[in-house]
Amino acid sequence: MGAFEAVILTIITASTPLLLAAIGELVTERSGVLNLGVEGMMIMGAVCGFAAAYTSQSAMLGVAAGLIAGVGMSLLFAFLTQTLMTSQVATGLSLTLLGLGLSGLIGEAFTGLPGIKLAALDIPFLSDIPFIGPILFGHDILVYASLAITAGAAYVLFRTRLGLIITAVGGNHHSAHALGYNVIRVRYGCIAFGGGCSGLAGAYLSLAYTPQWIENMSSGRGWIALALVVFSTWLPGRVLIGAYLFGAVWIMGLYVQALGVAIPAQLLSSLPYLVTIVALIIISGNKTLTKVNTPACIGQPFAPER
Amino acid sequence: MMLILEKRSEQSRAMTFLSPILAIGLTVVIGGFIFAGLGLDPFKALYIYFIEPMTSLWSIEELVVKAAPLILIGAGLAICYTANVWNIGAEGQLTIGALFGSAIPVYFTAWQSPLTLVLMLVLGAIGGALFGAIPALLKNRFGANEILTSLMLVYVAQLLLDWLVRGHWRDPKGFNFPQSVPFEGWQLLPLLGEGRVHMGAILAVIAVFILWVMMSRSLRGFEIRVIGSSPRAGAFAGFSQKRVVLFCFMLSGGLAGLAGICEVAGPSGQLQPTISPGYGFTAIIVAFLGRLNPIGVLFAGVLLAISYLGGEAAQVELGISDKTAQVFQGMLLFFILACDTLIHYRIKFAPGRGAAGAA
Amino acid sequence: MKKLIGSIALSLAMVFAVGAASAAEKLKIGFIYVGPIGDHGWSYQHDQGRLAIEKAFGDKVETVYVEKVAEGPDAERAIERLARKGAGLIFTTSFGFMEPTLKVAKRFPKVKFEHATGYKQSKNVATYNARFYEGRYIIGQIAAKMSKSGTAGYIASFPIPEVVMGINSFILGAQTINPNFKLKVIWVNSWFDPGKEADAAKVLIGQGADIITQHTDSTAPLQIAADKGAMGFGQASNMIKFAPKAQLTSIVDNWAPYYVRRVRAVLDGTWTSSNTWDGLTQGTVEMAPYTNMPADVAAMAKKTQAMITSGKLHPFTGPLYKQDGSMALAAGKVMDDGTLSGMNWYVKGIDGNLPK
Repeated sequence: MGAFEAVILTIITASTPLLLAAIGELVTERSGVLNLGVEGMMIMGAVCGFAAAYTSQSAMLGVAAGLIAGVGMSLLFAFLTQTLMTSQVATGLSLTLLGLGLSGLIGEAFTGLPGIKLAALDIPFLSDIPFIGPILFGHDILVYASLAITAGAAYVLFRTRLGLIITAVGGNHHSAHALGYNVIRVRYGCIAFGGGCSGLAGAYLSLAYTPQWIENMSSGRGWIALALVVFSTWLPGRVLIGAYLFGAVWIMGLYVQALGVAIPAQLLSSLPYLVTIVALIIISGNKTLTKVNTPACIGQPFAPER
Repeated sequence: MMLILEKRSEQSRAMTFLSPILAIGLTVVIGGFIFAGLGLDPFKALYIYFIEPMTSLWSIEELVVKAAPLILIGAGLAICYTANVWNIGAEGQLTIGALFGSAIPVYFTAWQSPLTLVLMLVLGAIGGALFGAIPALLKNRFGANEILTSLMLVYVAQLLLDWLVRGHWRDPKGFNFPQSVPFEGWQLLPLLGEGRVHMGAILAVIAVFILWVMMSRSLRGFEIRVIGSSPRAGAFAGFSQKRVVLFCFMLSGGLAGLAGICEVAGPSGQLQPTISPGYGFTAIIVAFLGRLNPIGVLFAGVLLAISYLGGEAAQVELGISDKTAQVFQGMLLFFILACDTLIHYRIKFAPGRGAAGAA
Repeated sequence: MKKLIGSIALSLAMVFAVGAASAAEKLKIGFIYVGPIGDHGWSYQHDQGRLAIEKAFGDKVETVYVEKVAEGPDAERAIERLARKGAGLIFTTSFGFMEPTLKVAKRFPKVKFEHATGYKQSKNVATYNARFYEGRYIIGQIAAKMSKSGTAGYIASFPIPEVVMGINSFILGAQTINPNFKLKVIWVNSWFDPGKEADAAKVLIGQGADIITQHTDSTAPLQIAADKGAMGFGQASNMIKFAPKAQLTSIVDNWAPYYVRRVRAVLDGTWTSSNTWDGLTQGTVEMAPYTNMPADVAAMAKKTQAMITSGKLHPFTGPLYKQDGSMALAAGKVMDDGTLSGMNWYVKGIDGNLPK
């Protein structure tokens, strides 16, 4: 296996959980809801995914459990923010706190156990093509799922009536309501979708990235996913680019270090964040780009009676 | 059955006081069941969690030590959020404040005078305010989302601290271990009483008072409120949103920076790779629990400090893991957030499918 | 006045706490962990030591622990809480607990404290650490024997002396087999981040390393090595079940012998403050079974292990040269512990630069 090929494969693995969580949060934010609990939903997906896979010895059941755990957590968030109209920022942060604690509690029984690895979909012949084979056809199902979900989200958002409704609800919930759309129900749906994606991202961590359960194993990836959504100005295609750019910057940093170039590790670690800030400035500076896609109602609660 | 919320014509005064009590009551009941489920005596467990932290002078002092930074930061954030300015990077501003203030003992190790301490505190506040100004300026100049930039800058600040403490600012006599020179004499905050309570606690109370007066009595407070509820109305009144954004960020950043230098010159006594157990993030919750009111923040900060200390006591006394305490805390927060709904809304149950949505 | 009442109450509380401790027959032993005990690395191994104490002394002791204690102001409170609850012996198991331990120890002169990896002692504060570099010399030799590409990858946490001496010891061991052995180092700036460690392992293997070793705590690098057909070494605990076909051996932290010894000393009344740096000889550093290697390599490893254990071999024996070629230690001399524990330079033969 060539060095270049290895780097590409590593970047794909590093980017997939970011892409999954970010595309979910993108849809949630499109509907006008800011869920800062991505990290909490992700870690719950990781622990439930691992627990189910280990108990049933089936990685696919683990993926399903991760998905369900993410949806469950997000529905808790939805009930509080949509039905009880609590502050989204505070509720999201509390969700992260709860998720980190609860996952540790559930995971106590599963610490230090070798995990079940999500197998690569080995497609006969295609996977054996040199270079292109492993890069295009040698991955596990979640890598393809992340790409399919991104494409699907783009299609639904821009080509279907449902997409229009979601954007309308996020753009101006009062007029959406006046037009007869059920704002709360649409938001419930989008929050659940976001939770499911975060759950899958978590399952990817504990079943494919590093097949094991360790407390706190998401180590801040949920926050990076949140950054990616803004980085993308709420466009699915750019989330894809952003996630892979992030992965690439990170892996290239390690790569250069292993070649013997001395950079302070701290500078390297802060690169993804600095890159995001710079990208944010460049993208935000271009007013026409952002204004069109920014959900105007983001973070605001909606009360139908008003 | 369907749950419907009906907006009250004005805030319920009774609920303002009842809601926290209700939330704590719910947490206690459900927490009791959880403890019983874990095979523990629920009454003993709840006593250790909520009451024990207040039974000895030592733990009350520790409570103050823990609550002081939360209140100091939370009060500033409450102002920010009132203005609809979303600073969630207080942890980073705290870190930079600690770095600025610590520059004095690191570079002028031998300088001992009351001025040393004053300068350290002032530098701490300036450092936090300047770091807080970055996301504000980026928002004002480029329209960059402040939630994200302030959050990203947290990591940058922490890595900068890490780099300094492991590199240039390392104690030359410290065998290359990651820590600065130990602070001494006037480089440390004076202590109040026998325990670890330091001057930061007084600063926190003073800050709460000043901010409360500012918000309720001054034009600046009015400006912040108006911009927060309707920027357009604010513009008609001649208020500048950009100025409010910068002011709020620098104010909350400055207070976070002050909290940072107080931690370093207080309980820590030197710079270390980690100087705060997430005070900047917890303070966000404190600000909301205190309903974005500086006085409310005072109580919320103490409540959160109790839940930390109670969780730690429960580990030692009951042998339950740290995770149980964390779950418990999450639950308490959720109940408080949910119960606060009752202040603004009346809950009704309607049979069948409600008219809540599709009108 | 308020102050007076405060100090009376405080001294009463202290009298009470001390009284309670002496009245109880059981020795209460407290542990402060920096990580979750579920990290399967550093804190986990210390907790194994705690369990060994319970097993060895049964009814005579009672143990209690606080996990995930942040280094900094919170640590002092957690330590003092244990002291107030009548603990007679307290183990604080991370470097960052040094100052808090000393501060609490001053207030509780009757309580005995044991601080891991620190360098400051006092009358009732002892320090202890383990000579993990001894194990790294052995795995360096194994790596040089087993590597086909002549290159190993090293995933390091922070450039502190503890880690730097490990890297140096590894390459010195490897150079005894292959003088041109190459080492690629990646600093991940974390003790524990499975994702980052896995990424670093992949990059190292991609650049031609066929042996992976680490000074970070998770099992991820070893799993990646197994996945990519490379070999690796475990860290802190025996990680063979995570990579049955790829783990060559593992450097295991075994705190049990030291902990049991110190508890016995407290029970016998012979405890005194000391600075202990145990290694293979005392069993604090253990090597997991040598697996997945030919018999002659295993035999060589066992021989080296026996020589270090018996004190015939010290990994840092002169002549030693620094990276720039300057003499670090004259021929025949053995490096003293002081120099060793302040090490901040690479030995000759490592290509990269040490981050400063």
